[in-house]
Amino acid sequence: MSKVAVDIPPKGGFSFDLCRRNEMLTKKGAQSPSFLKTGTTIVGLIFQDGVILGADTRATEGPIVADKNCEKIHYMAPNIYCCGAGTAADTEAVTDMVSSQLQLHRYHTGRESRVVTALTMLKSHLFNYQGHVQAALVLGGVDVTGPHLHTVSYLLTDISCSVFSQKVLTVVVKWISQIYPHGSTDTLPFATMGSGSLAAMAIFESKYHEGLSRDEGIKLVAEAICSGIFNDLGSGSNVDICVITKGHKDYLRNHMLPNPRTYVSSQGYTFPKKTEVLLTKITPLREMVEVTEGGDAMEE
Amino acid sequence: MTKQQANWSPYDNNGGTCVAIAGADYCVIAADTRMSTGYSILTRDYSKISELADKSLMASSGFQADVRALQKLLSARHSSGSGGGFCWRLMVANMRLKILMMMYGLWTVFNLFTLPDNGCALVSRPRNNICSFHPRSFDSCHSQIYQHQHNKQMSCPAMAQLLSNTLYYKRFFPYYAFNVLGGLDNEGKGCVFTYDAVGSYERVGYSAQGSGATLITPFLDNQLKSPSPLLLPAKDAVTPLSESEAIDLVKTCFVSATERDIYTGDKLEIAILNADGIRREYMELRKD
Repeated sequence: MSKVAVDIPPKGGFSFDLCRRNEMLTKKGAQSPSFLKTGTTIVGLIFQDGVILGADTRATEGPIVADKNCEKIHYMAPNIYCCGAGTAADTEAVTDMVSSQLQLHRYHTGRESRVVTALTMLKSHLFNYQGHVQAALVLGGVDVTGPHLHTVSYLLTDISCSVFSQKVLTVVVKWISQIYPHGSTDTLPFATMGSGSLAAMAIFESKYHEGLSRDEGIKLVAEAICSGIFNDLGSGSNVDICVITKGHKDYLRNHMLPNPRTYVSSQGYTFPKKTEVLLTKITPLREMVEVTEGGDAMEE
Repeated sequence: MTKQQANWSPYDNNGGTCVAIAGADYCVIAADTRMSTGYSILTRDYSKISELADKSLMASSGFQADVRALQKLLSARHSSGSGGGFCWRLMVANMRLKILMMMYGLWTVFNLFTLPDNGCALVSRPRNNICSFHPRSFDSCHSQIYQHQHNKQMSCPAMAQLLSNTLYYKRFFPYYAFNVLGGLDNEGKGCVFTYDAVGSYERVGYSAQGSGATLITPFLDNQLKSPSPLLLPAKDAVTPLSESEAIDLVKTCFVSATERDIYTGDKLEIAILNADGIRREYMELRKD
């Protein structure tokens, strides 16, 4: 990998100069600004022909929904997509950055990107920032070595297991990797991340089996995301799905919309255009004075 | 050595939103039915509205254990009629009280019921109605006493004062309950009283409390508020809307709050109080 592609962060990683000031401010009672966290359910699973990724579409800022229909499945490469949970800015920034690096790498090598390349770039970036970049990701894709699914997370455990399945002539290796914010990764046949991960994992653990067909896989992913949407308050709105197979991908944006608005008033509402004027009073600031030109005109 | 802080809190917030709107001859009180803790849902079907008297309804959001304790205490205030499962206990407690009174004589009753020194009106103290025969629990007999002495149910403004006193009694370990009280006053006009956690209250034309209140109040201000408090003071701001229009407004408020507040949703319970009595309506909300 060329040195240009691997960005060595500036000395010290983050600048911690303002930390003392922030501490002093919190002691005095000032509230620190909150981050937009996605409070999410994201999942990935491996099926017969490739990888299916799923995500909900709610972005929260504390108890308020900031975006009812945001996109959590990010493009990394034509054959690789990444779901992101955690701080929205962090997931966007890190996936955009690695996506650009992969593009440069493709130009450099002249080959299709591999999932493990993206994985290594992500995990080393996150490790450098020691967990301050709060991005928990589910990375999935299909490359020449087969379908892969990885996760990246906050925890520091490192379990890897892979599911091998025989295809016609080639050994197709499929993994899903979990990437945790500190930079550790897991490689699994199915994975969930985010605040709704337990709800979604309950569905996967009950119903997942090897050799799912495409339709079964999509149905299972949609079910897992719906479980997160209805049982976790941090997740909600719609289901996004991305199906990646060898040489082809299907980005099903808003595949399911299980949460329509329940009531629309038939009469509608009017909103007054301006503030009511209660009283008008005109006070002249200075009296108008007539100025008569004197007999002597001004001399040039 | 830095001071150690307790990392256990006796309070929890179960979320939810309550709204009340007063009309010329009706009052609409509404609350969602979701009870949650942290990011999880405890139940989708929990009623936050309780009937305190035949012309007073209270909706409370906040910590539902405290709300339930408060409802129980205030429920014990009216001895006959509504109260559901409390009826029998109240009757038994009532009987026991009568026996006690007969046994110990009238002087004991006066000693039980007057507060020392300060001469202020009887203040209710929160006690479970089961021990209403216990000398210390003179206060839970209070409302029964009210009905016995006055031969009528407590009116809404009277109940409002009672609720305020009850809340202030626990000033230094408050009920984590954010209440709105709605009902009809003595003239049959709708009235809404809005409270903070320690009992400060005000009669208003409409009010919202709870996690979605910050989303609903600006909309209600826009639709219902008089342009200036000089033109029309808050307590006279009874809405000119008809009952069905007010219900439509409340439904719109909740549907909109549900879109943006994660703690509001599942189902909406609307209680409408008018001269004919209390009527309830339900509406589905988003469940995500």
